[in-house]
Amino acid sequence: MIDYTRILLSIAVMAVVTYVIRVSPLAIFKKKIQNRFIRSFLAYVPYAVLAAMTFPAILFSTAEAVTMQSVLCASIGMVVALLLAYKDKGLLTVAVGSTAAVFLMEQITRFIFV
Amino acid sequence: MEQSTLTFQKGLKDGMPICLGYLSVSFAFGILATQGGLPVWVALLISMTNLTSAGQVAGTQLILTGGMYIEIAITTFIINIRYMLMSLSLSQKVEAKMTNLQRWILAFGITDEIFAVASQQKEEVSAKYLSGLIVTPYVGWALGTFLGATAAGLLPMSLRDALGIAIYGMFIAIIIPPARKARPVAVVVVLSIALSCAFKWLPLLNQISSGWVIIICAVLVSAYAAARYPIDEEAPEPEKAGGEA
Repeated sequence: MIDYTRILLSIAVMAVVTYVIRVSPLAIFKKKIQNRFIRSFLAYVPYAVLAAMTFPAILFSTAEAVTMQSVLCASIGMVVALLLAYKDKGLLTVAVGSTAAVFLMEQITRFIFV
Repeated sequence: MEQSTLTFQKGLKDGMPICLGYLSVSFAFGILATQGGLPVWVALLISMTNLTSAGQVAGTQLILTGGMYIEIAITTFIINIRYMLMSLSLSQKVEAKMTNLQRWILAFGITDEIFAVASQQKEEVSAKYLSGLIVTPYVGWALGTFLGATAAGLLPMSLRDALGIAIYGMFIAIIIPPARKARPVAVVVVLSIALSCAFKWLPLLNQISSGWVIIICAVLVSAYAAARYPIDEEAPEPEKAGGEA
């Protein structure tokens, strides 16, 4: 049974928080933040967030029930993503490339892990 | 004479590549949401009210795992706090005659890519141009979510499993190029990964829920980097190279 009240309230929380973040500087602040620490902190936040979100979660992203096979496939997909990103490929290329690598590995390992 | 070359149509056109990129990423989000048990309209509602990738993925995961409202609020805040910098930067870039109402509406569409394209413009950014630049990616984001949420059932299981990695592939595509070019960003990425892995696998630390882990990693690592590698006013922000909804 889905608790829609909780889900809708959660979505509202996400939407309002995100909107307030986006609108407040554009609507209120007319001058640049002078504090160097805060500016630097804000500039590093996305990288820290995305790195923490991606690792190690990526290893468990290719199956609902994680198995040795799924982790192996995900690892290959991760390596492919890292290589493509290192070569400055775009978001789409990296996303599709890593997906394709996982798909291929699933087909190959299917015969090993029965 | 005063007519800006940054028209609504040009905005729509400049938004096309972003739209295409968003289609695939939001497709993956649609799959994630519905595989987690959410109905299609809820996945669509999340995309159409949030228009973020990392933020809404983390929020959705918290919804699915029964996170507290405060946890969802703080996670969303921390992940999306970077939009503050972009919004701030854009406030210096938009045309002076932009009304308050226009600011309140257009602020909704500030994403990494839209910000990046808008700030690349030579002239002041008009409200019309920014509207066009937001509309196409927004449609792509919603459409991709819908397709992912509905068509996921039609895809073979192995392909669905494989698509689970797509969104993480995109995150990697955002963090690796700037990390390669700027050492401080590389340090941030490595430290954050190490910390996140510690929270996953070390006893006691692994009791903490994923929402809080992201917050703790982001605050500790960013604060350390800001103290160690402060970014000077004049230097270009490492932000620019990245791209993410």
